[in-house]
Amino acid sequence: MTPKTSAAVCGMGHSMKRKEDPRFIRGQGRYVDDIQLPGMLYMDIVRSPYAHATIKAIDISQALKVPGVLAVITGQDLAKYNLHWMPTLMSDTQMVLPTDTVMYQSQEVAAVIATSRYAAADGVDAVEVDYEPLPVVVDPFKALEPGAPVLRTDKKGKTDNHIFHWEVGDRAGTERHFAAADVRVKQDIYLPRIHVASIETCGCIADFDKAMGKLTVYMTTQAPHAIRTVFALVAGHVGLSEERIRIVSPDLGGGFGGKVPVYPGYVIAVAASVLIGKPVKWIEDRMENLQADSFARDYHMTAELAARKDGTITGLRIKTIADHGYADAAANPSKFPAGLFSICTGSYDIKHAFTELDGVYTNKPPGGVAYRCSFRVTEAVHAIERITDVLALELKMDPAELRMKNFIPPEKFPYKSVLGWEYDSGNYAAALAKAMKLIGYADLRREQAEKRKRGELMGIGISSFTEIVGAGPSKDFDILGIKMFDSAEIRVHPTGKAIARFGTKSQGQGHETTYAQIVAEELGIPAQDIAVEEGDTDTAPYGLGTYASRSTPVAGAAGAMAARKIRDKARKIAAHLLEVAEEDLEWEPGKFSVKGAPQKAKTIQEIAFAAYTNHPQGMEAGLEATSYYDPPNLTFPFGSYICVVDIDRGTGMVKIRRFVAVDDCGNIINPMIVDGQIHGGLTMGMAPALLEEISYDEEGNIQGGSFMDYLVPTAMETPRWEVDKTVTPSPHHPLGAKGVGESATVGAPPAIVNAVVDALAHLGVRHIDIPITPEKVWTILKEKGVAE
Amino acid sequence: MSSHSIRVSVNGAAHEATVDARYLLVHLLRETLRLTGTHIGCDTTHCGACTVLLDGEPVKSCTVLAVQADGRDVMTVEGLEQGGKLDPVQEGFWQEHGLQCGFCTPGMLMTSYALLKRNPDPSEGEIREAISGNLCRCTGYVNIVKSIQYAAAKRHAEVS
Repeated sequence: MTPKTSAAVCGMGHSMKRKEDPRFIRGQGRYVDDIQLPGMLYMDIVRSPYAHATIKAIDISQALKVPGVLAVITGQDLAKYNLHWMPTLMSDTQMVLPTDTVMYQSQEVAAVIATSRYAAADGVDAVEVDYEPLPVVVDPFKALEPGAPVLRTDKKGKTDNHIFHWEVGDRAGTERHFAAADVRVKQDIYLPRIHVASIETCGCIADFDKAMGKLTVYMTTQAPHAIRTVFALVAGHVGLSEERIRIVSPDLGGGFGGKVPVYPGYVIAVAASVLIGKPVKWIEDRMENLQADSFARDYHMTAELAARKDGTITGLRIKTIADHGYADAAANPSKFPAGLFSICTGSYDIKHAFTELDGVYTNKPPGGVAYRCSFRVTEAVHAIERITDVLALELKMDPAELRMKNFIPPEKFPYKSVLGWEYDSGNYAAALAKAMKLIGYADLRREQAEKRKRGELMGIGISSFTEIVGAGPSKDFDILGIKMFDSAEIRVHPTGKAIARFGTKSQGQGHETTYAQIVAEELGIPAQDIAVEEGDTDTAPYGLGTYASRSTPVAGAAGAMAARKIRDKARKIAAHLLEVAEEDLEWEPGKFSVKGAPQKAKTIQEIAFAAYTNHPQGMEAGLEATSYYDPPNLTFPFGSYICVVDIDRGTGMVKIRRFVAVDDCGNIINPMIVDGQIHGGLTMGMAPALLEEISYDEEGNIQGGSFMDYLVPTAMETPRWEVDKTVTPSPHHPLGAKGVGESATVGAPPAIVNAVVDALAHLGVRHIDIPITPEKVWTILKEKGVAE
Repeated sequence: MSSHSIRVSVNGAAHEATVDARYLLVHLLRETLRLTGTHIGCDTTHCGACTVLLDGEPVKSCTVLAVQADGRDVMTVEGLEQGGKLDPVQEGFWQEHGLQCGFCTPGMLMTSYALLKRNPDPSEGEIREAISGNLCRCTGYVNIVKSIQYAAAKRHAEVS
């Protein structure tokens, strides 16, 4: 796409260098732990070594003798204010601090407040807790068996560990269809627990100013405004009123969904600051972060496809058991307990579909957040892209040919899926064809055939995914009742410079640059002259925050709409200055000119000055506007990825030789940033496919609770990604954009798994659960008698 | 807990401090000297967000005691820019979009700086190996590699 604006203006389509970078490359970012307030105290947390136990006693006497320790807060202390439990976003409850029972290993048990980090840690060591272990439930299937210990005894009348049942589609019709189908395939697929592991952990500084009665919380949050409202709802009864709460989300060192929830540590720090009257800082260490913060995935899926012999896919059925840990603390829109999982028909025109899911309690940390994805889309995409390859094997059909045969054709958009979504736009065959050409698909298949003859293991895997992002339209989407709009407020100053504030919060996506480019596109003010601010609830307009790839689809749209309101007023001012009718004016980015007399023109900067110095009579002064944008639909980014792997028969090591990613996120704001988002997303797609997992032993002890065991990819494991694009604009988004931050994380895992399975398919392998570790592969090679 | 007086040169400036034996170098930098560019991302020396140079060698300052830096030279990200001029690695990361959230960036920059001092013309493989002790969760490393290649070329151009 050729940019409409000049390089000096830097609107959409320019690879503008990022405006936020000068401070980061100088070490002058301002992250939560960089902030030091006068008189600030430090908090550290005592955590449970048991996954399930009764707390018989907590002895804080020795801790209070530690020099520098000022207080130890327990659940009993919070219970006095009815703050020991809090609501989750999914209408469940979770403990802030326990009064009698711990439900998972590393659960918060007490908090030590001290004058230094070191003293707080000493205090934690000195707290004595007497536990009596209880039976532990780790396996969600066993949790559902009759006679399993009931975990949530706090819930009156609860007799099992079942949380909720959710289903979409026509159960009976799909059953009948499957019964009559020519070909049926079925596959169990497990997506294990993983953790976003942003390099900055979570933390906050709670600063309660007694004189003003005002609470300021500097906090690692992706959704500062929603957090303010949650705090007011949770602690309103002890006098925290929303107008006296200010949440500041400063620079964030990554988020990926892990900084959406309200963690107990935040609430305890707030309580401590209110009780003690001093600022209290709490910063998790990495082990706390991995062991106690919200997890992602943990879906046990059984996927089935029905098809005709010619490869036409006609039916889909997926049944899932979702392990939520001891509380349903998923961060989904209220009406979607399984997120947007019903996008599981994917890129294919499937007539019959049904999916159902049951949420289950176990003795694991609560959660169910995204890991760089829009509400369970990764799970859905993994299921459909994996089972499609299983069908290809069954039919002995090339997986590319099978996909091409079943894609929703371009002329069917907007496309209404059988599970209820209206896909906005797409051209799936074009993306796959481009990826096949770039990687040289036919040649690779020939090479594979030759290598097989020599006993070498090489595989090619495809994933043609469709995402669903930009939540969301207010008729369906809310969080705690708050509709999922987002907002922008733009003020153009007399000198023609501007400030734009948004309800979202960048965690590395580059909003200071891309939002400025959106405003530049609409107003012709150079992006360099537009300051972008987010994250301070005292100044930014209310918005739901940044996650689920919603910043560009929702807040970006709000930015465009607010800019257009400003342009409308600017037109009136220009007409006044040029003494012509508004209809006689023509807009090009940055100026209004008189039709047929282009030398008669006023620049946006001249108009801005006039808005404060010479505005028409009867018009209010100033040049500013606000937009709360309610998207008419979600957006549906898509892409086709092809991965080539080689497998070492001696070690089981999978090496990604090449990976081509063709993405379509609609119109592009900053191509450089889009490529960067895709590189990062691909790496976070490869990570769970090959490396990352948080598992538990039978006692509920976490495995993979530090970077010793939780394998975040380094530059050595990460291949050199090859990226390209097609552009199919969203028809309903004001800029035709769709959002891109998560596409690659969603699309990459099945491409990798499909490649590994493809390498082993001639040995009878149909599926491997992730992470595909060398040990797993080597065990298969050994079983099949081909290990070297 | 024993207490020690130490003298440390940080980015060329002499500092004196009295610290507990267990006090970490990263805390000396961040909390005592308020040089907050050096970050903390893990407890196990894996992530490299805290990388600084100790007598020119990259170390992870979360596992170096402040007392171990006594009498030695420390260089942090704040010391890269000289006389208002960005170091080529800083320029490279900005130019090639080698950072997103910026949290790993200071450690990544220090490792890159040390690499180019040691090996002014590294191959892609050598770059990847050199930064393999620094985790980045945002970029997928592709642009970090390009950033370091950019910096290497820039340094060559400056020398010639």
